[in-house]
Amino acid sequence: MTTKTQAFMNWVDARFPMTKMWEDHMAKYYAPKNFNFWYFFGSLALLVLVLQIVTGIFLTMNYKPDATLAFASVEYIMRDVNFGWLIRYMHSTGASAFFVIVYLHMFRGLMYGSFKQPRELIWLFGMLIYLALMAEAFMGYLLPWGQMSYWGAQVIVNLFSAVPWVGESLSVWIRGDYVVSDATLNRFFAFHVIAVPFILAGLVVAHIIALHEVGSNNPDGVEIKKNKGADGIPVDGIPFHPYYSVKDIVGVVVFLMFFSAVLFFAPELGGWFLEKDNFIPANPLKTPEHIVPLWYFTPFYAILRAIPPIWESQFPGVIAMGMAIVFLFFLPWLDRHPVKSMRYREAIFKVNLFIFIVSFITLGWLGTQPATGVLSELAFRFSELYFAFFIFLWIFSAERSSKYYLTSWIALLGTLVVLDILRGGSGEKLALMMNTWFIPAICFSILLLVPAKFKSWTQAKPVPERVTS
Amino acid sequence: MSEQDVDKSRRRFLTAATTVVGTIGAGAAVVPFVGSMMPSARALSAGAPVEVDISKLEPGRRVVVEWRKKPVWVLYRTKQNLEDLAKMEPRLADVESNSSRQPSYAKNKHRSIKPEYLVVIGICTHLGCSPQYRPEVGDLSFEANWLGGFFCPCHGSKFDLAGRVFKGVPAPVNLVIPPYSYTNGDKVVVIGEDGGAA
Repeated sequence: MTTKTQAFMNWVDARFPMTKMWEDHMAKYYAPKNFNFWYFFGSLALLVLVLQIVTGIFLTMNYKPDATLAFASVEYIMRDVNFGWLIRYMHSTGASAFFVIVYLHMFRGLMYGSFKQPRELIWLFGMLIYLALMAEAFMGYLLPWGQMSYWGAQVIVNLFSAVPWVGESLSVWIRGDYVVSDATLNRFFAFHVIAVPFILAGLVVAHIIALHEVGSNNPDGVEIKKNKGADGIPVDGIPFHPYYSVKDIVGVVVFLMFFSAVLFFAPELGGWFLEKDNFIPANPLKTPEHIVPLWYFTPFYAILRAIPPIWESQFPGVIAMGMAIVFLFFLPWLDRHPVKSMRYREAIFKVNLFIFIVSFITLGWLGTQPATGVLSELAFRFSELYFAFFIFLWIFSAERSSKYYLTSWIALLGTLVVLDILRGGSGEKLALMMNTWFIPAICFSILLLVPAKFKSWTQAKPVPERVTS
Repeated sequence: MSEQDVDKSRRRFLTAATTVVGTIGAGAAVVPFVGSMMPSARALSAGAPVEVDISKLEPGRRVVVEWRKKPVWVLYRTKQNLEDLAKMEPRLADVESNSSRQPSYAKNKHRSIKPEYLVVIGICTHLGCSPQYRPEVGDLSFEANWLGGFFCPCHGSKFDLAGRVFKGVPAPVNLVIPPYSYTNGDKVVVIGEDGGAA
């Protein structure tokens, strides 16, 4: 650096910790040297957040949050505003891309145990980001004021009216009216454009501060800070900048290739990113033939629909849907196994994780289908498997005796039967229940009888001292 | 002032008093913000009654009108429809409408003032979608022995032609009947106005 720029930096550093922050978070922030493909998604999520904020600002310049004008103003953006179509498609594609990235990012955490001690708070902040993101996506989807916007919001806001006693007032308070209306649109606009993004940005900062305090996990689940050189730098660490900043640029380029392909060639992605019914203006008198949330909500939507009402209240379904997310918050305390990465976890853990991923994807597909007959029954079965994942995670956290596995097996199969008796059913329904009963029953049997018989399936491999490769 | 001179109990009292008063003040400041999200005076006043002329409505047909921004159906049931209502009873969750919402004059098996005319809010009691009118026998391919009724496409709830909910579907109670009355020689239904008869 020339003396003049050095002098300028000195002047700034005396007043603001510019150099210090750069070094703490970039040039002298040491990350494990063995990051793989799965470690792209954190920085990609940040990129998409910026993309959503920038495109969102430009959309508000032409969008009108008014029930009589909203739909037409979106058409106006698409047809008459210069590059309006591009900015809007970037925003709508960006929303789905955000969830693709976040789901892969969370899956990475599951595989490598990144939520475990000492990273519990990173996980909790991340889960809050996920919640805020869902709120943001839900409220943003009302704004085009199409049929799906309207009826989707109607269904989701009505979930709150299932809350005992206060539900009705609560949903009126959220809508500001007795049905979804102009008042609802206007306030969702306010939340979508300023309130939630503000919270989201704050949470992202907290997520990253917490991450940089303890340092990143890695595919081996080895703490690099336990092995420092004479200079106090982790032996297996490399400075984030330039090593990972440059690596992430490669990720960005590849991501943008996929993103642009969707953006320019299939922005609606056959109804998956923008639903067909949303090109029809909202009509409060007519519900579309098939009302489906966007794909990123469908696993939870399937769980909601799978739970039958109890005592003439649909509250249990709402609770189940909420619990599907709440359980994720508790992962650090459910999975207490000392080995972090699935590379060294026992075989049965991988089977459990595999069943969970299959259940999540299947529920996601079922959520897009009409809830009738066998599909409705399957949704219940895969909901059972979804929740069982967390129980198994806890069971596999420690060494258990064969008797323990057998007792758990009987208890869990018994629970399946009790749930079915509580649900009741006759004729065709009963036949469906009996035929699909084997799906969770077989999974539970594999997960508990195999460990009871073959101890090797429950044995974790030794974790190396240092990261591999 | 040295540590010994500090009146600790006085300091504790002042801290506690300031905290309590401050919390109450902050709590009070929340009231207008939460309150502003309740329906406005304009939204509350938009509940004027709606008149529907039913003199041209033919048996088996339905008209949809908007009342308080909700769809309200006026349905002219045929003789056959009314006879079928009794056949539905074993499949229904709340035959007598005991846990459902309706004015007292519509709390009967046909859920209406006059047996042939059903006036009902077309919003599913599950999560607020508007069910489809499927009047034909066998119209619902996946429902054996369908005698006509309403089917909600969102979550598969089924109702008979009196808006009574089937057993084993997500909707917990029957469709809601609004307050209504007849006027002009029974040719006009007034939705939202029953002279306090409810």
